[in-house]
Amino acid sequence: MALKDKLHDLKVKYTGTKMSPVFNAFHTFLYAPNETTHSGSHIRGADDLKRTMNTVIMALVPCLIFGMFNAGYQHHVATGEITTFTEGFLRPEFWNWDNLVVGLWKVLPLVIVSYAVGLAVEMFFAAKNGHEVEEGYLVTGMLVPLIVPIDIPLWMLSVAVIFGVVLGKEVFGGTGMNILNPALLIRAFLFFAYPTWMSGDKVWVHGAVERTNEIAAGSTADVISGETILGSLAQNSTAMMDSSSDVWNAFYGFIPGSVGETSTLLIILGALFLIFSKIGSWRIMLSAALGALVMGFIFNLITDAGFIAQSSKFYTLMSLEFWQHLLIGGFAFGAIYMATDPVTASQTNKGKWIYGFLIGFISILIRVFNPAYPEGVMLAILLMNVMAPTIDHYVVQGNVKKRLKRLKAKTA
Amino acid sequence: MGFFKDSNLITDPLADNNPITIQVLGICSALAITAELEASIVMSVAVLFVLGVGNVVISLMRNIIPSKIRIIVQLIVVATLVIIVDLVLKAFAYELSKTLSVFVGLIITNCIIMGRFEAFALANGPWKSFLDGIGNSLGYAVILVIVGFFRELLGSGTLLGNPVLGDPIEKTGVYAYGYENNGFMLLAPMALITVGLIIWVQRSRNTALIED
Repeated sequence: MALKDKLHDLKVKYTGTKMSPVFNAFHTFLYAPNETTHSGSHIRGADDLKRTMNTVIMALVPCLIFGMFNAGYQHHVATGEITTFTEGFLRPEFWNWDNLVVGLWKVLPLVIVSYAVGLAVEMFFAAKNGHEVEEGYLVTGMLVPLIVPIDIPLWMLSVAVIFGVVLGKEVFGGTGMNILNPALLIRAFLFFAYPTWMSGDKVWVHGAVERTNEIAAGSTADVISGETILGSLAQNSTAMMDSSSDVWNAFYGFIPGSVGETSTLLIILGALFLIFSKIGSWRIMLSAALGALVMGFIFNLITDAGFIAQSSKFYTLMSLEFWQHLLIGGFAFGAIYMATDPVTASQTNKGKWIYGFLIGFISILIRVFNPAYPEGVMLAILLMNVMAPTIDHYVVQGNVKKRLKRLKAKTA
Repeated sequence: MGFFKDSNLITDPLADNNPITIQVLGICSALAITAELEASIVMSVAVLFVLGVGNVVISLMRNIIPSKIRIIVQLIVVATLVIIVDLVLKAFAYELSKTLSVFVGLIITNCIIMGRFEAFALANGPWKSFLDGIGNSLGYAVILVIVGFFRELLGSGTLLGNPVLGDPIEKTGVYAYGYENNGFMLLAPMALITVGLIIWVQRSRNTALIED
């Protein structure tokens, strides 16, 4: 008997029992179901939820693979095992087995833990409430490992995933009902609960924390520095962003950072894929970029006019060329994959422009003025998630008013 | 006897008519001072004193208070009691009174107290009012102690200042296995979430409490 039949028999056997959603979930995951999604507040077309989710995951795969190579690359650069540096995207010291092995060893556990814990919570609630397991966690589970530092302890990730899925999604009624993006909620939880593992200059490169502890215990090895570009800029140092090759590295993604968010190039490719498959909203992506550029440009104008002293702690970040803000930190990743989440974003077209623009604008604002929270994009998106229904409300009301006026002009 | 007849005045607010989780009053102080269990307990005792005595005083005066100025009279009574608590704390537990800071003074604005004065003490005799005051402040105390327990245990790894989970710097106890304190528990949002979780558990156990 083929595996498929066996699974089908198992499914039939458990139909109607408490555990049936669990078996159904596996069955649906492995084989195409003969019915598509027909409910959920974010379903606004004939699209199947499963197709939407799978498309986003496909767009994320390049970032994941790049993240694995980068994890190894950053580790080997920091330990001094890579000493020759070449130019271009396809550089041999980056794309090799040594890097991939370290990356697989560190990144795969993050992916597995994220999926296992998240789906276990979803299945628990599905079995308890007697509904089917929804596909919502498929994308969240892939996003989470990409936006955490490489060395985050797995138990912390599990705690955060449980928190995010239960309080971010299940209390509101499951997939499609959540107010906040669950993946960002998970990251925000980690950020506020375990700040020593989520920020600073030691967590972004594999082995840096370990090495620090060894040195504290009396080892004579060199310190591994894992500072991100944003971190060093917030310290008023331009050392990591002063030559054109630094800028290209930031664009290609050969820089320390969260696992999957460093490569702006691959994120743009993913964005094009999402736009052409009509899954992600180009309005949000474009307006978020615009918002960030405008805010960056305003800061540039202020520093050019000389309103801010060079000794000010904001000077370096404010004087950073406005377009370079798009390349560093998690801004690109957040704007493309998180801000466009169809559940928590604005739904109206005009609302999407406002929503995206404010995300970009506020991200750079937080990034520059609050060095304690270098990753402004996370907080900006969460804030705008909360605002999105209000924006939609006023857009719709504005439309209603306009039409009433037109009707009056017609009948008068 | 009177006590047993009115014992529901004490037991009701402990669970099914809890001032925090059911009436959702007194949330501010529940969020502000529950980062440590000791502060939660002291706050509970302070509210117990103010509400127990205040209810009796208001109840005794209920027939002579003109209804037009009853709020002012209530405020004077509660302000007097709060100042007594504040001065006692400053005299005998100065460090703790610094931890509680402005929130002792803010007992005066605790909705539970004015609410019980208005809703109960103005219409009932002193003994009943006393029981009602004790019951409601115990209901308040239960939630404060639960929230304070979890926030201090998970946030600082201590209980009443004693390191029950080991030493985070020397890496003993559970810290030897890589456990770390959850800094989020010390922030006010997590207190709100903890109260929310208590409300969730309580209403899913007793579905009659769910409002529309």
